[in-house]
Amino acid sequence: MFDLGYNASLVALGAALLGIACGITGTFLFLRKRALVSDAISHATLPGVALAFIVMVALGGEGRNLFGLMAGSAVTAWAGLLAVTWLTTRTRLAEDAAIGAVLSVFFGAGIVLLTVIQTMSAGKQAGLEGFLLGSTAGMLRADAIIIAAGGAVVLALVALLHRPMTLAAFDPDYAVATGMNLRRIDLATMGLVMAVVVIGLKIVGLILIVAMLIIPPVTARFWTERSHRVALIAGALGGLAGGLGAVISASAPALPTGPIIVLTSFAFFAASLILAPGRGMIAAAAQHLDYRRRVHLRQGLLALAQAHPVREALTLRILRREGLIRADGVATEAGRARAARALVDERRWQLLRADPSTGDLADRYDGLTPIETVLTPDQIATLDRRLGPVPVSGGVT
Amino acid sequence: MSGAEFVPLSLPPILIGTLAAIACALPGNFLVLRRQALIGDAISHVALPGIVVAFLLTGVVSTWPMMIGAAGAALVAVAMIEGIRRLGGIEPGAAMGVVFTTLFAGGVLLLEQSDTSNVHLDVQHALYGNLESLIWLDAFGWESLLDPVALDGLPPELIRMAVVCLGVCAFLWLFWRPLKISTFDEGFARTIGMRTGPLGLALVVVAAIAAVAAFDAVGSIIVIAMFICPPASARLMTDSLERQIAWSVLFATVSAVLGYVLAGYGPLWLGAEDAVSAAGMIATVSGVILALTALFGPRRGRAGQPQGA
Amino acid sequence: MALTLAGTDDAATAGDAPLSVRGLTVGYGGSPVVFSIDMDVTPGAMTAIIGPNGAGKSTLLKAALGIVPRLSGQVAVFGRPLARARDRIAYVPQRASVDWDFPTTVIDVVLMGLYSRLGLLRRVKARHRAQAMECLSRVGMEAFADRQIGRLSGGQQQRVFLARALAQDADLYLLDEPFAGVDAATEAAIIRVLKALKDEGRTVVCVHHDLSTVTEYFDHVFLLNRTRIAAGPVATAFTAETLQQAYGGRLAEAQLDQLALA
Repeated sequence: MFDLGYNASLVALGAALLGIACGITGTFLFLRKRALVSDAISHATLPGVALAFIVMVALGGEGRNLFGLMAGSAVTAWAGLLAVTWLTTRTRLAEDAAIGAVLSVFFGAGIVLLTVIQTMSAGKQAGLEGFLLGSTAGMLRADAIIIAAGGAVVLALVALLHRPMTLAAFDPDYAVATGMNLRRIDLATMGLVMAVVVIGLKIVGLILIVAMLIIPPVTARFWTERSHRVALIAGALGGLAGGLGAVISASAPALPTGPIIVLTSFAFFAASLILAPGRGMIAAAAQHLDYRRRVHLRQGLLALAQAHPVREALTLRILRREGLIRADGVATEAGRARAARALVDERRWQLLRADPSTGDLADRYDGLTPIETVLTPDQIATLDRRLGPVPVSGGVT
Repeated sequence: MSGAEFVPLSLPPILIGTLAAIACALPGNFLVLRRQALIGDAISHVALPGIVVAFLLTGVVSTWPMMIGAAGAALVAVAMIEGIRRLGGIEPGAAMGVVFTTLFAGGVLLLEQSDTSNVHLDVQHALYGNLESLIWLDAFGWESLLDPVALDGLPPELIRMAVVCLGVCAFLWLFWRPLKISTFDEGFARTIGMRTGPLGLALVVVAAIAAVAAFDAVGSIIVIAMFICPPASARLMTDSLERQIAWSVLFATVSAVLGYVLAGYGPLWLGAEDAVSAAGMIATVSGVILALTALFGPRRGRAGQPQGA
Repeated sequence: MALTLAGTDDAATAGDAPLSVRGLTVGYGGSPVVFSIDMDVTPGAMTAIIGPNGAGKSTLLKAALGIVPRLSGQVAVFGRPLARARDRIAYVPQRASVDWDFPTTVIDVVLMGLYSRLGLLRRVKARHRAQAMECLSRVGMEAFADRQIGRLSGGQQQRVFLARALAQDADLYLLDEPFAGVDAATEAAIIRVLKALKDEGRTVVCVHHDLSTVTEYFDHVFLLNRTRIAAGPVATAFTAETLQQAYGGRLAEAQLDQLALA
């Protein structure tokens, strides 16, 4: 167990708190299918940082006061956010074009200002470029406190607003119908994202903060179907990636903090993509193959029962594998029995669906569900009486 | 300023910037119409890891390997995005966000890890280029345009950009109809047998090539501005696709020329000494044009039913 | 009671019917949307695909055309695989999927129907424009040729898409709810065009939602509710009995009486 230095511990703590705040806040954007708005917001911070620096120096200060820079970044980020909303509502442009335009133009303006600063007083600008990729070296205790406090405030606001934000994400039309002001909720959500972006500028920089807002919610989505849980799991994953990433980064030289945190987060994502039960790739593939097998099996059995030729190679393969037909395509004992049962089941369903008095039970038919799961034995017996004997190829059941 | 100063120092950067802007704006028209505008965002961010990998593999900071590296990274990114989208059932924006931020982080890490102290390969350059330094020292004035000896010394970036721009134009001209049809109604295009998948991929590849060629001039992040702002502005000016393309070329040219001029001479006019970033100014000017068209463009409002909320 | 199940005893796909489907099943996730469908479209007829909501009617068409993936089944168009017969079919989808702000005019949309003949590079000549205008006048939209498509009403847009299909000069026309949400004048115009197509010997298949117009517009029906319920000429297949089967007994007696049934 190695000993983290003071700086490294601060960074790890700050990164973990930031990760939790990003994960939870980013979930609401993700659920609203606007994940990349955070990219526009983060790039729009750059001109604000530069302007704040210029203003502070002009007022005689050092120019690197974190709080001042954060305030500046918030101003232009808010402007960027409003610009995205304005472009999508007032013009025929789609949201992705608005995001890309705001992102690149604000960033370009920020670059112009950075070069202005470069010429103003050579050397002083070095600190600002750290906001692009994050720079945790020489992190002060005051910085960590700002990050922790900011993160806590954001989380408190999320707790307050999570119900309207969730409803707006899930069913915007319904939200409007119940009288919610959708635009205000969207602004609030984006405002919270902006707050965490501003807070996280120092640790991971504006280019990588987007990762912390998007990757944890996407990962969390693999593990649950309920939006509250997505947010909580995303927060946990974000915090874990932040803390773990910071620790790994401190353990060896030439491991910059921001990128390592992002890569850690991605590792969680990749593992979830592949392994998550239900929505992960392996599980989904297994489900699909099983489903396809059942469809072909049912169709094959029905064809056997009526002496129809089975045409598809896959159906034949499956029937053979289950021991229901021989290599030459003739049905085995087991095959004939199951085919007969399938045919009876199908006929029962047909009768049920044709009868006006059965109500909604008939809707359960989907070609695969056996009727025994829907009707009681008595009800099936009634059907059978009306059905009479079912002629099956090779005999009568 | 005189020809003796303008031709060697300003003409090549202006030409390169303009050609870069046009080469990006042209495919950008279709990307914007297909709601794939942010693929430019993805391509730009992953250029960095592509360039770093190329450097690590070849050991030199030379143009061709870096361009191939960036193009290869773009293809890898697109494949990953598509894969994650399908296999994970994730919406396209989020899939893009996951992929390009991770690849970018990987690129920065690789950069740190490899020993680049001897070589000038810094992140800032990759991000916002250095248009101002692409000068033509062999020229002496306007007459140099006709002088074969001087022309031999033209900055290679200019030749490269011109060739790529020409290639982009050729692609659009050749595939104009399929692009228009499949962008408008993909279902219809598929039912008449058009291979919309490969066509879409080809469009992205062409965009990636334009972006990669432009990186040297304007860096990666600004390329997004060129993909999106001129076409978006053009979109708000007209209802005809042909005219939209024309408008986008006009806006791209104006952004590039005006941006460069303002960056180079603006500070001087304001009494300052040094120039500011040309690439940043070009992006800013294209943004101003977009804002103006959004406020006053004749076709800025929505016509038919709005697409989704 | 003799019930026929899906799965006729035709050997291979029936000769060169305009559209022939065997054992088609489509589904995502839990349940099949359509299960084990067999269908043979009668050449030169006007066939309606009908069934309750969620019966899978649109899905059937889309799966047959390869627009959605299928779990099982075979499809043949005029006796050949779909990929080799695409120039003989024209598909008019439900209106939802296009971007109405797209910079294109009415005549441009119709010209898209000529694409397979124009290919990549051949220039659009006067005769192509004339062809497109002719298709537009058949649907009564020639006055709108230069208008941007977003500036049309729903019925007008539907007519433009029909004109595009006409420009394709196909032998089999597949339309997905062409009369949904259009005004009476548009409906009359569309059915006129479709009947003209049938008189020219072409085959028309429509997913249709309005039972009361089936006997008036169509001569064949295909009843569907996840599986095939009945298929054939209107006189034999569109009866009170088959309808009750298809609609799961949800049609009231009064509704049935209103339909001009055999």
